[in-house]
Amino acid sequence: MTTEAPAAPPEKSPEKKEKEESFLGLFVHNLWSANTVTVTILSIFLALLIGAVLIVISDANVLSTFSYFTARPSDALTASWDLISQAYADLFKGAIFDPAAVQAWFNGSGDWKTALNPLSETLTYAAPLVFTGLSVALAFRGGLFNIGGQGQAVIGCITAGVAGFAIGLPAGLHLIVALAAGLIGGALWGFLPGLLKARTGAHEVITTIMLNYTATLFLGWLILQNGVQDPDRTDAISKTVDSSAVLPALPAPLRVHLGIVLAVIVTAAVAWLINRSSFGFELRAVGVNPPAAKTAGMSVARTYTMLMVVAGGLAGLGGAVQVLGTADKLTGQVAGNIGFDGLLVALLGRNKPWGTLFAAILYGALRAGGNLMQVDVGVSLELVTVLQALIVIFIAAPALVKTIFQLRDARTARLGTSMAKGW
Amino acid sequence: MSTATVEELAEATAPDRFWNRQRRLGAALVIIGLIAAVIFGSLAESATARFTLSEDAEGAALSINGQFGAILFGIVTIAAGAALLAGVAKRWQTLLLCLGIVFFVLSFLCWQVAGKFLPLVDTVSGSLELALPLILGALAGVLCERSGVVNVAIEGQFLMGAFGAALVGTLATSVWAGLVSAVIGGVIIASLLAVLAIRFLVDQVVVGVVLNLFALGVTGFLYERLMQPEALKYNQPPRLPEWHVPGLADIPVIGPVLFDTNLLVWLALVLVFVVHFGLTRTRWGLRTRAVGEHPTAADTVGIRVRGLRYLNVLLGGVVAGAGGAYFTLVSTGSFNKNMTAGAGFIALAALIFGRWTPFGALGAALFFGFAQKLANYLSAVGSPVPNQFLNMLPYIATIIAVAGLVGRVRAPAADGVPYVKS
Repeated sequence: MTTEAPAAPPEKSPEKKEKEESFLGLFVHNLWSANTVTVTILSIFLALLIGAVLIVISDANVLSTFSYFTARPSDALTASWDLISQAYADLFKGAIFDPAAVQAWFNGSGDWKTALNPLSETLTYAAPLVFTGLSVALAFRGGLFNIGGQGQAVIGCITAGVAGFAIGLPAGLHLIVALAAGLIGGALWGFLPGLLKARTGAHEVITTIMLNYTATLFLGWLILQNGVQDPDRTDAISKTVDSSAVLPALPAPLRVHLGIVLAVIVTAAVAWLINRSSFGFELRAVGVNPPAAKTAGMSVARTYTMLMVVAGGLAGLGGAVQVLGTADKLTGQVAGNIGFDGLLVALLGRNKPWGTLFAAILYGALRAGGNLMQVDVGVSLELVTVLQALIVIFIAAPALVKTIFQLRDARTARLGTSMAKGW
Repeated sequence: MSTATVEELAEATAPDRFWNRQRRLGAALVIIGLIAAVIFGSLAESATARFTLSEDAEGAALSINGQFGAILFGIVTIAAGAALLAGVAKRWQTLLLCLGIVFFVLSFLCWQVAGKFLPLVDTVSGSLELALPLILGALAGVLCERSGVVNVAIEGQFLMGAFGAALVGTLATSVWAGLVSAVIGGVIIASLLAVLAIRFLVDQVVVGVVLNLFALGVTGFLYERLMQPEALKYNQPPRLPEWHVPGLADIPVIGPVLFDTNLLVWLALVLVFVVHFGLTRTRWGLRTRAVGEHPTAADTVGIRVRGLRYLNVLLGGVVAGAGGAYFTLVSTGSFNKNMTAGAGFIALAALIFGRWTPFGALGAALFFGFAQKLANYLSAVGSPVPNQFLNMLPYIATIIAVAGLVGRVRAPAADGVPYVKS
């Protein structure tokens, strides 16, 4: 498909070219250019490829077949292929559906819950990532790099969790109060770097990194205090959140909860906020060109502060969803890695709200599938971290993907993450 | 140096307010001095606090009544603050600030140690050991960032270095092979950083964060696949030997700390001098600073901007990789998943707190190491001060520093800006 007529002359007159070429030819021509969709798909493909190499080189049995590769290459290739295909098949089965379980459901011998369980797991893991991803994406649009999603999520976990077990309220109201507590906690944790950025110019990357660790240490201290620690336990674990504050979930084996619905609603809200509201206009203007925004009469300092408050609130809500949806109690690791994963999700979703939602679901799927892969083939869950990081490395460096696959220049889409600026 | 002119300009244009930086610092010192004298003094037991000159409770000791010491040192802090408030000459400013902070710490120690003992040798050598990876990591940051490449991937370089040292050190049963492969591990991450940041112009902070996750994933994955099932075969590297310098090692306090220790400590301390000398006195250093401050101007006079940046980022990888070796070859003796636990970010904090200079980074790293050591000591003696709060100290100190509350911190002008030749 790359052996077409020289690209240079037709590029100059696209209208003319469209008439000459068939629809299919044009489609293929554009398909193999560095547009957003192609780069994303190829990035995922490259990441899976490198992941496959890692799987093979870390398996002693398969590796031993490579010692006589020149004598009988088929052994090594078959063994590698079997291992890789099984691992990736498990990744799929654990994330989307297991054909066997679905067939059993249709035959009547299985349960619909078993058939839907992979999807449920995917959405369960995706829900908090949507919030932290939106937090990072929103800040990016305003020209700020919110690495503090982790810390804000941790504080959101704390405030939501404490509100969940420390105050008694009727069901429903309690849930709303606990979610609001998470939102406010995260917003406060975002307010600090926002204020420092606006008042003193302290770079938000530095302050938010430092606040991440401060938040984690604070959590480590808090869960050992009287009134927070579970009285029946000696280790670092808090009381369990009241059932009135827990996000409603589907029946037992399925873990997916209301959080994912909330995530979709919040995504729509953030999309509206960015694209339709006056604050969104301000933040985009400040993000593109702060001096110009200032000349136009916008307060850059106020926008930065508000932006970090909203971003922090979103990440805090992610933490709240994590505690009230899946974790139920505070532990040192309650927030897991949702803040940093949110960063990857935002980059993968290209800082667009709906893109972030889908990226979060993809990451949730990788995580859910990774669990099955670990149990079934014994390939460590850490492979998923590698895949996630690799995908974003390739997404963030479209020029690299373009070079590897010899893609054409895209006609419209302006790729490249040119947000680079100093400390 | 260009920093001087920038500061002079800013100083000249700023209106001369009453609450200038010196008076604000003075007021802050008076307040913390009051806290020390009143709160620490009243909480402290009136018992002897012994600071022994050995590694345990034995031997000669500096002793003082805990309560008296807490109040006395608090008052000295107040005096230092008052001198700043009264408006002493500017050249005394840094000295008085340091004195005030040191005596505040001493007051705190008197409160905590009253009725107990604090072994000085153990404290100093422990602080130095905890500071060791921070010194190397921050030096790696200095090398990268003075040439204009933001290095958030120190954590990833540590992890790769630690992993490489454990794996190869065990396979070759040689600590030196381990050290070399730690360096290679650091360079692998550094070269990824360099290629993505310099050649492909990806946002440097993004690359750094993602590379950290990548290193975390790769090392964690290989750890679970190789090291966990067969720890004896893959995860039992030899430890770096402790070298005892005869004669010098008998000097009290300093001797056991500096001359009865491992190679990595010397390497780190020597590197601080080497990097300082290199940056300020050599052609390479001048060019590095030029590229970090104004790459276009550097390019105009014929300096290869990208080439120099590649070189410096890779050198940074060498240093940070050696820092990673600390975790497996010095500290614990085996690799564990995510064993660096944020040390790379404290190194970043030390780099910023130390104002992007080798000696500043050394001082900040030692300070952070001391805070960690103190946190360990306090939790061991069952102090009412939670060790988590002491561990927060590096992070909070850095926030205060970048917010300009204490002194001005300025990054190299072109730090994080990729250079595209036009």
